[in-house]
Amino acid sequence: MLRSRNFWLAMVSLVALTLLPLGVSGYILGLLTVAYYYAVAAMAWDLLFGFAGEVNFGPSFLVGLGAYTAALLNVYAAMPILPCLLAAAAAAVTGGLVLAVPALRLRGPYFGLVTLVAVLLLQNILVLFSGVTGGEIGLPLPDVLAIDDHANYWYALGFMTISGGLLFGLSRSSAGLILQASGQDAVQAAALGFNVAKHKLAAFCISALFSGLAGAMLVFYLGTVSVGTVVDISIGVQFIIAAVLGGRRTIIGAAIGSIFLIVAGEVLRPLGELSTFVVSTFALVVILFFPGGFLGLLAGRRG
Amino acid sequence: MTPRLEVAGLTKRFGGLLAVREISFAIAGGEILGLIGPNGSGKSTVMKCILGIERPTAGSVRIEGTEVAGWPTHRIARRGVGIVFQHSQPLPRQTVLEHIEIALLPDSLLRLFADRHVAERARAIAARVGLERVMHRLPRTLPFADLRRLELAKAIARNPKVVLVDEPFAGLTAAEVADFSVLIRSFRDDGHAVLLVDHNVKGVAALVDRVLAMYLGERIAEGTAAEVMRDDTVRRVYLGGRIQTTLRDAARPAERKPLLEVAGLSVSYGKAQALEDVSLRVGAGEFVSVVGLNGAGKTTLFNAICGLVPAIGSLRFDGQDLRGRSAARIARGGLVQCPETRELFGGMSVRENLDLGGQHLTRQACVRQLDWLFELFPILRARGGQSARTLSGGEQQMLAIARALMMQPRLLILDEPTLGLAPVILELLSQALDRLRRTTDITVLLGEQNITFALPHAERVYVLEHARIVWEGPPDRLAAEAGAGLL
Repeated sequence: MLRSRNFWLAMVSLVALTLLPLGVSGYILGLLTVAYYYAVAAMAWDLLFGFAGEVNFGPSFLVGLGAYTAALLNVYAAMPILPCLLAAAAAAVTGGLVLAVPALRLRGPYFGLVTLVAVLLLQNILVLFSGVTGGEIGLPLPDVLAIDDHANYWYALGFMTISGGLLFGLSRSSAGLILQASGQDAVQAAALGFNVAKHKLAAFCISALFSGLAGAMLVFYLGTVSVGTVVDISIGVQFIIAAVLGGRRTIIGAAIGSIFLIVAGEVLRPLGELSTFVVSTFALVVILFFPGGFLGLLAGRRG
Repeated sequence: MTPRLEVAGLTKRFGGLLAVREISFAIAGGEILGLIGPNGSGKSTVMKCILGIERPTAGSVRIEGTEVAGWPTHRIARRGVGIVFQHSQPLPRQTVLEHIEIALLPDSLLRLFADRHVAERARAIAARVGLERVMHRLPRTLPFADLRRLELAKAIARNPKVVLVDEPFAGLTAAEVADFSVLIRSFRDDGHAVLLVDHNVKGVAALVDRVLAMYLGERIAEGTAAEVMRDDTVRRVYLGGRIQTTLRDAARPAERKPLLEVAGLSVSYGKAQALEDVSLRVGAGEFVSVVGLNGAGKTTLFNAICGLVPAIGSLRFDGQDLRGRSAARIARGGLVQCPETRELFGGMSVRENLDLGGQHLTRQACVRQLDWLFELFPILRARGGQSARTLSGGEQQMLAIARALMMQPRLLILDEPTLGLAPVILELLSQALDRLRRTTDITVLLGEQNITFALPHAERVYVLEHARIVWEGPPDRLAAEAGAGLL
C-alpha cells in the first residue's frame, strides 16, 4: 500500500486540504465544510450502489433521520452534542433497518422506489409537525460544534477522512468483496454459500450509520435544521450525482464528486440561476458518456 | 451407504405449468450422473430445486441424509452443494485469483482480512484448472474457455460433496472439451458426487456413469449412456419415431427466385463464437428448416438475420442489403420472426397482442387478417379477451405465431415453436403450419431441434452443428446422412 501511487496522492491531497485554512477565506472554508459532510453521505451511498448493487433513491431519508434526531434531542432534551450524535447514528440505523428489511425482499427497481417514498414520508411528517420540528422554516439549535471557521473546517475534514478511510477499507476487505459479489450476481454468491440478504442488510446499516452521522454533524455546524437542507429530495439527488460523477465503486470518488459539485456551483455563481443548469448538464454528460465517472476516466487513461 | 445426493418425488409447478413431475434419483460419492433433456424438459428446474434457487413444490432433496428442500441457497451451498454455472458475471476490478479467493472466504461480516492460507489455496486451485498463467488478469480480458475454468475453480474452492455442472461443454472447442472432461473426472476421483446437466446424451456419454433422460418434466429413461441412446422413447423425443416427409410438388429450389440470401455470416458473443461462416438461401415461397441441437446457433442465426445481434457477413432480403438497418425496419420490410421465447405481452389480452402485430395495417386489412388467423387458430377467437399470460403453453405459441402473421410477413421465421409443448399440441401446430403452407404463398424458415416436427413441411433442410452448417439437403435424406449427429 505504501508504494501505491494512489495512496500517496491521497496523502498529499489530505495534507493540502488540512493546510488550506492558512490560505483561503472563511467563506470558502464554509463551503468546503458543507461539501465534506455531503461527501460522507455520498460515500455511504456508494457503498450501497457500487458494492451492494442496490440503488437507494432516498439517501436524504437516512441523513434527515440523523439530523432531526440530533436536533430534536439537542433542542428539547438539552442533550450535549456527543450523545446527540450517537443517538442520531442509532436512529438512522434503526430507521434504515425498518425500511430495508422489507424492501430488500423486493426485486428489481422496487427497493429504490421504497426508499424514494420513505423520503417523501419523512418530509411530510416533519412539515406536518412543524410546530415541533420547525418544518420548512427551520429549528435553531442551542449548541454548535464550533464558532471558529477553521475549527469547523477541521472537524468536517477529520470526519470525512475517518469515514472515508473506514468505508474505503471496508470496501476493500473480505467482507467488501463478498458484498460486491452479492451485488453483482446474487444467485452466484448464494451458490458460494454467502447469505446475500445478510450482507446487503449490513451494508445498508453501515451506509445508514455514516449518513445519519453526517446529517447530525451538518446541523451542528449550521446551527439550524430545516427540511430544505437535510431531507428534501433534491439534497438526496445531489449525493447521488456526486457519487456517480466521482466514480461508482470507488468510495473516494463520491467525496471528489461532492466537493466538485459544491465548488463548481460556487465558481459559476455569477451565472445566477443558470449555474445549476450548467452543473446539471455537465453531470448529465459525464454520466451519459463516462459512466465510470472522474476516477473511471483516470483509470481508463492509465490502463 | 447414504447417497451423497438423493432426490425423491421432486415436483415443481409454476402457476399452471408442471415443470418437473415426480423426479427421483440418487448419486453416490465418486459417481457421475447425466441429467439430459431437450429445452423445456425441466432439467434446469431440477438443478435449481436442488440448489434452492427454486423452491420445490413437493418432494425431497437430501444431502447425505439431511433434508434440504426449501432451504435458502446459501445454506444448501454450505451443506456441500457446489455448482459450475454456464455463465457468470465476474467482478470488474478483481483478478482471476481474487475471484477464486472470494469462493474461499467464510460467510462473515466481520472478517476484514482473509487468512494467509487463502491466497495459497487459490493459487493451487488456479494451477489445477489451468489458470496459472492468467491468474493476475481481469476476467474480462480472458477467452471464453478460461472464464469457464474460473467457474470450475470457484466450485472446487468450496470443496463440495455434490457438484452440479450446467452444460459442461457448451461453446468449447474439442481440445477444451477434453481438458474439461479431465477436470470433471477429477471431481469423481476425489469422491464427489457429480450431476451433469446437458441437452443431449452424446456430449456427456464418455463421462457419465448413468444417465437420466427427461422430457416435459417427466423421467423417460434411465440407464447407461448406451442404454439411454438405444431407448425408444428417447429416440422418439430427439429424432421422432418415423420421420415423415410429405414433399409438396414445388418448383425445384434452383428455379425459385431467392428471397433471403445469407453468406459467410459469423457472430460472436464476447469470446464465444456462436455462428461461424454460415451461408444459406431461402427461395420465395419455400419452406426451409434449420435443425440442430440446442446451442448449435439457430437462435443466433435468426437474430442476426433480423438485425437483433451484430454479425459479420452478407445478408440480403429480396435483393436488398439488410445490414445497417434497424430490427424494426427489417420487420416492417416483411421479415418477421416469431422468437423461441415468444415474447408475448403477458399483461395484455389476446386481441391486444394481435392488434399490436397489425399496427401498421389499414383498418380493413387488419380485420381481414384477423378473420383469417382466427380460422387458422380457432382457439384464439375464444380466448380473445383473456390476458396472454393465462394461456396454456400451446395457446401462447399459437398466439405468438398469429401475432407474427398479423404483420403480413413475406418471410416468417419460426424459432423452435415446439419448445416445451406436449405431443398433442405439436400435432395441432403441425396442422396449422400445413394449412399455412398450402393456402398461402408465405415463405417460412423454421428452426427446430425436434426433427419430427421440422421435417414434414420442409422442402429443404440445413443441419447446424457447433455454429456451422454441416449438412444441406432434402428432408428424406436427412435421417440416413445426418441423423446420428442429432441424438
